[in-house]
Amino acid sequence: MSNSHPPALVIEAGRTEKQYWQDLWRYRELFYFLAWRDVLVRYKQTVVGVAWALIRPFLTMIVFTIVFGKLAQLPSPGVPYPILVFTAMLPWQFFANSLSECSSSLIANSNMISKVYFPRLIVPTSAVMVSFVDFIIASGILLGLMIWYNFVPDWRIVTLPLFILITTAVAMGSGLWFAAFNVEYRDFRYIVPFVIQIGLYITPVGFSSAIIPQKWRLLYSLNPMVSVIDGFRWAILGGKSQIYLPGFLLSLSFVILLLVSGIWYFRKMEQSFADII
Amino acid sequence: MFDPIIRVENLGKQYILNHQVEGFYRYKALRDVLVNQLKFLGKNFLQFQKKKITPPTKELFWALKEVSFEIAPGEAIGIIGRNGAGKSTLLKLLSRITVPTRGRITIQGRVASLLEVGTGFHPELTGRENIYLNGAVLGMSRVEIKKKFDEIVAFAEVERFLDTPVKHYSSGMYVRLAFAVAAHLEPEILIVDEVLAVGDSAFQKKCLGKMGDVATKEGRTVLFVSHSMSAVTQLTKRCILLSGGQIQFDGKTNQAVQLYLAGQKSSDEAAAYYQAPYHKTGNHVAWARIQTSEGQGIHCWGQSIIFEFALYITVPHESLCFCFQVVNEFQQAICIFWLFRPQAPYCHNKGTFLLKCQVPKLRLYMGSYTITTWLSERCSNTVLENLTNLCPFEVTMHKFERPEYEWQRDECTYLDDADWKVLEC
Repeated sequence: MSNSHPPALVIEAGRTEKQYWQDLWRYRELFYFLAWRDVLVRYKQTVVGVAWALIRPFLTMIVFTIVFGKLAQLPSPGVPYPILVFTAMLPWQFFANSLSECSSSLIANSNMISKVYFPRLIVPTSAVMVSFVDFIIASGILLGLMIWYNFVPDWRIVTLPLFILITTAVAMGSGLWFAAFNVEYRDFRYIVPFVIQIGLYITPVGFSSAIIPQKWRLLYSLNPMVSVIDGFRWAILGGKSQIYLPGFLLSLSFVILLLVSGIWYFRKMEQSFADII
Repeated sequence: MFDPIIRVENLGKQYILNHQVEGFYRYKALRDVLVNQLKFLGKNFLQFQKKKITPPTKELFWALKEVSFEIAPGEAIGIIGRNGAGKSTLLKLLSRITVPTRGRITIQGRVASLLEVGTGFHPELTGRENIYLNGAVLGMSRVEIKKKFDEIVAFAEVERFLDTPVKHYSSGMYVRLAFAVAAHLEPEILIVDEVLAVGDSAFQKKCLGKMGDVATKEGRTVLFVSHSMSAVTQLTKRCILLSGGQIQFDGKTNQAVQLYLAGQKSSDEAAAYYQAPYHKTGNHVAWARIQTSEGQGIHCWGQSIIFEFALYITVPHESLCFCFQVVNEFQQAICIFWLFRPQAPYCHNKGTFLLKCQVPKLRLYMGSYTITTWLSERCSNTVLENLTNLCPFEVTMHKFERPEYEWQRDECTYLDDADWKVLEC
């Protein structure tokens, strides 16, 4: 029990509370527990448990390597094709899982939302955390691949956290939009798998973005995942994969816009969640 | 004279009721919204010359309106009212689940609300895991839960099943565990909604005891919503009675409970209103109504009351006489009021006439009453119409307190003011 006298809380019509961000910090343990619950539940009562996080990306990687690398004979910038695919598969899976978990998270926790107060932002954020755990586990495969192919990354690997951060921002930004929409319009959940499916083909997961003609690259960069994946490849594969800088900056500003507007829209809708959920 | 821990000023919450014009989708779907918009535009376009059509029916509904009160620290307050009176909305506003449409709430202290037991429980997780999760959901920190863990487990009586997923629990165990976590919350303000109706009677008693401890011994502020009048009376001294989204009464619990029960009784029957059947002919009472002091067929002793009757006259006559009696539950007439005026318009003209009878100070004692009307012709001594058991209404004593001895229902039927003098001889 806190001994310090808490400040007076004023709830007023049409006023967004100033304490919101403070509350977010105060409720950090709930965030931690929610993420922990989702991780725990995910791997409970499954035969192979944690292996699920490994099997899916691994099999997709094999299929992509065969289809794009062997059958379509797409070029690789001097790295084993499986590694090329997997460096993209990691952020893509992270993004795709986060987006789908995020967008359904509010509905899945609707009983909590209608019965207790907490900053609702916690729910989609903790959903992203769960996907992040999967991401960490799946990274083990990349490590295995690199050992198998005797591939040593250079200094650029230290920039990897930056790109992970950008991926998280992309996932959060779009996830928040979808989550808020999902509460109001229930048919939005049918759109999410569709977006992810289309996204997989228009994002350079199975191939290198270098094969895109130069004049289209700026336009192509409007897909924020393109720059994320380019970044991942640049950081892991060393100098063998280049970042297209103008595109990267365009993407980055787009990601920031997405995240900020996502938070803004979520905050705006948040007050009515309990009424319409 | 106190510094209120909760201050509610002019609070209001409005909901928009969407009436689905076509189809019966429970949730709003984007598809429907788009289709409706298109239809709406199309219709407007076609009928451009004519007036604009309003969009699909929307109704505004105030679930809570102009509610103001203050609560002192350490007070235990009951909130009662019929279904739909706005109790849950009030709790949701106080616990910040939804935001008010109007007004302001000022709270000094940490609030924990318990609108449901076991919020956030996950069936796949074990009892131990759920205690931590539920605690966090209710706003406890990990350290706090750890400190209270053994106490919670002992209270819930589930020691043996701590590491079993709660989906294998019996419903009683589940609810016990859920309540145990909630009961060990330590906020300054605890908001509880009807959670005592759980478990077997022994556990219910334990819960009530715990709630009482929280309110009295630990000196915390408790807001307690219930339909169980005995629980409310046991736990609280002050009560807020809500009706139709507004405060009907705010004061001593037993007075509020009395008013609530009276309201419930009168709502069972058609409250204080009578309407003549359509096929009726001849001179008769078209309708009768009582304007009670509290509305909805509830009247407080000593207040002004108005009896209204509409007479439908087809055959005017000089000796028409109207009178009515107030009758108690045992069908005994308590008082009579009459109107015999040969020059009155209804004695000479046809039509409908309104008779209003105001009693400035109705001294009937607490109880249930009805009225009996007599419409007669004095010169031929014929009763034209005699109606009984009209307009049931309840008299309560809720505005008057007799602290030494609570009002009993059958003490008397008539209660008057009196001046006592005690002289030494």
